[in-house]
Amino acid sequence: MPMLDHLWIILALPLAGAAINGLLGKNWPKSAVNSVAIGSVSLAFLVVVETVREFLQLRPDHPVVHSYFPWMTAGTFKVNFALQVDQLTIVMLLTVTFVGTLIHIYSTGYMAHEGGYYRFFSYLNLFMFFMLTLVLAANIVVMFVGWEGVGLCSYLLIGFWFLKQSAISAGKKAFITTRIGDFGFTIGILLLFWTFHSVDFGTIFSQAAGMPSDTMTQAGVLTTICILLFTGAVGKSAQLPLYVWLPDAMEGPTPVSALIHAATMVTAGVYMVARMHPLFSRAPIAMLIVAVVGAATAFYSATIGLVQTDIKKVLAYSTVSQLGYMFLACGVGAYTAGIFHLMTHAFFKGLLFLCAGSVIHAMGGEQDMRKMGGLRKAIPITFWTMFIATFAISGVPGFAGFFSKDEILEAAQSGPHANLPLWLLGLVAAGLTSFYMFRLIFLTFFGEQQFDEHKVHVHESPRNMTIPLIVLAFLSIFGGWFAAPKLVGGTNYFDKFLHPVFAAYAPTIARDSEHEPTIRVLNPELVPPGIERSPVEELLHALTGPPVIVGLIGILIAWWFYIRRPDLPKKLASSMYGLYTPVLHKYYVDEIYAAVIVRPLLWISTNVLWHTVDEGLIDGTVNGSARLARETGGKLRELQSGNARSYASWVVVGAVGVTALLLGIWMKVH
Amino acid sequence: MNVVPISYYLVLSAILFGLGVVAFVFKRNIITIFMSIELMLNAVNLAFVAFARAHNQLDGLIFVFFVIVIAAAEAAVGLAIVITIAHNRRSLNVEKVDLLKF
Repeated sequence: MPMLDHLWIILALPLAGAAINGLLGKNWPKSAVNSVAIGSVSLAFLVVVETVREFLQLRPDHPVVHSYFPWMTAGTFKVNFALQVDQLTIVMLLTVTFVGTLIHIYSTGYMAHEGGYYRFFSYLNLFMFFMLTLVLAANIVVMFVGWEGVGLCSYLLIGFWFLKQSAISAGKKAFITTRIGDFGFTIGILLLFWTFHSVDFGTIFSQAAGMPSDTMTQAGVLTTICILLFTGAVGKSAQLPLYVWLPDAMEGPTPVSALIHAATMVTAGVYMVARMHPLFSRAPIAMLIVAVVGAATAFYSATIGLVQTDIKKVLAYSTVSQLGYMFLACGVGAYTAGIFHLMTHAFFKGLLFLCAGSVIHAMGGEQDMRKMGGLRKAIPITFWTMFIATFAISGVPGFAGFFSKDEILEAAQSGPHANLPLWLLGLVAAGLTSFYMFRLIFLTFFGEQQFDEHKVHVHESPRNMTIPLIVLAFLSIFGGWFAAPKLVGGTNYFDKFLHPVFAAYAPTIARDSEHEPTIRVLNPELVPPGIERSPVEELLHALTGPPVIVGLIGILIAWWFYIRRPDLPKKLASSMYGLYTPVLHKYYVDEIYAAVIVRPLLWISTNVLWHTVDEGLIDGTVNGSARLARETGGKLRELQSGNARSYASWVVVGAVGVTALLLGIWMKVH
Repeated sequence: MNVVPISYYLVLSAILFGLGVVAFVFKRNIITIFMSIELMLNAVNLAFVAFARAHNQLDGLIFVFFVIVIAAAEAAVGLAIVITIAHNRRSLNVEKVDLLKF
């Protein structure tokens, strides 16, 4: 059976897993729940692999689209349940199903002692279903289903420990904050349909390709659509100013943080922007906004990450920062670099979170890095894999993050939409990234033990947790090597693979310069045509580029602060009190939001909507009419005294009254 | 022989009916009330008969027969109820039969 014609199977598998575990799994043994959950996602992964194989055999130059059934029809508004596969989808599918499967396996170890085991895996499978829907969608409405579905699963999983007040609040915060972004997204979809009279990607893109591009000075409907869609991405991918939910989302179990809040769901915004690139490429103002938001977020949340003490919070701010990089890449037109970073980030950030989970597991629930220290010997597998992931995120040459981050910064520096201030921000953020990541490593694994060995029994995690770590560590090194030939002046295979997607609808002006994306000559000033570098020179150039230097400086400073002179950070913190305190309190953004938005809203809701409108007006009307009826009836019922003679009197009165009336009428007539 | 004018019958009927009403409203004894109902019925019968005669039509007379039959049936049922009440309450005072109220 050719899987390429049956894309729905990829969706059906995790959905079936979620349904089976969710409906029947309550009293099943854990092994049964495991086999359903892991079986469904790993089967989905195998189906994806087969689909990819068939796709690569066919090598079509446009997406393979299958419409399975008409979903909504109202006048000219038609939506089919349609799925599609192209190169971009393939990258996402492989990343999501592979990392997803690994994290499912890891969860069987991590969640082994938790209640609600079946519920956890049911949600996790449901999440996979929605994420794959989002990725496979061939029109924006189906994509929106996935988009909202992953938000729902995120909410359910953040609040998985629903007896913990902070977890419930974090779940609500995530849901409501992303809802603000989705408001813009929804309007964007409506405007999209209003403009193009279709919701199918293919139709929209080919129509958009025929439209004149917006310019910096002339913003039209394309710019509006892109900004609205990007609002959704800002919420979903936790960018400024809607990033506040992601750090709080760490209340969920750690595998959830790894899968949803690092590797897959939060990257949905990046995927969406990349998917809608034919529109974004024609809206320079929107592109600039994307780039500025991305770079600002990358820098801003990196600074917060510097001073966090909770191991998961550091990683959360790091995720926000790395997502900023991806948007920076999209904003400067380097969509492939953004998607490349999305993929490598899924590997190393997923790994970092899983390692953090392993550390927390080993420490018996402790998350404060200041209370760890010296864990290197006790949990060697976790240490080495996390070390590798840290190298990867810091952009140390040879590791996955190096290739993707380098691509992004290069595009920001010398790409067709280069923007030097943003490049500088990204560069500084790269230095901050390597600093806070190595700070995490040094505090956690090096130095002296900061805990009582008799109270905390440190132990390496079971094998079902360490094997996913090792696999991801492998990918954190080699996952970026698609781009490796580029270091010696060769082809970036990742760019080449995605080229058909992004070249198909590229604006005509840019098409000439991007036609050969495999060659490093992006900025003619840096490498003048005619002067060819030798492979060795190319390699040297790449390895001594600013991102690498800045990254190494960050590592050195972290080493100096936390290994060489552990007393320094405290001194520095007290001497730079004015700078340190606001950063420690995350620039008081949560407090400002609470004061400016949440509390006024709560006051209006309580005093105006609740006590005045609801209790006064609505309850007043309803209760008032009821009281009127009751009191009238109360008076009237006293007539019914049970005394037959009084009834008789009323009958007489009535008879006299009727007779008098008739007499009156008769006399009037005559 | 002078024919008695219809108004005489009607005035008599009205007087009888009025007496019945007054007795019905002011008397407490259930038997008396019963009798006042019979009085009112017969006052109406008188009016019917008077009209039938005046208009030379049988309709009124037939109606009277109906009223008599109904009154007989009503008397049978009513007296049964009276006996039951008397049996249960040891009293014929209607003021004491007032349970059926709000």
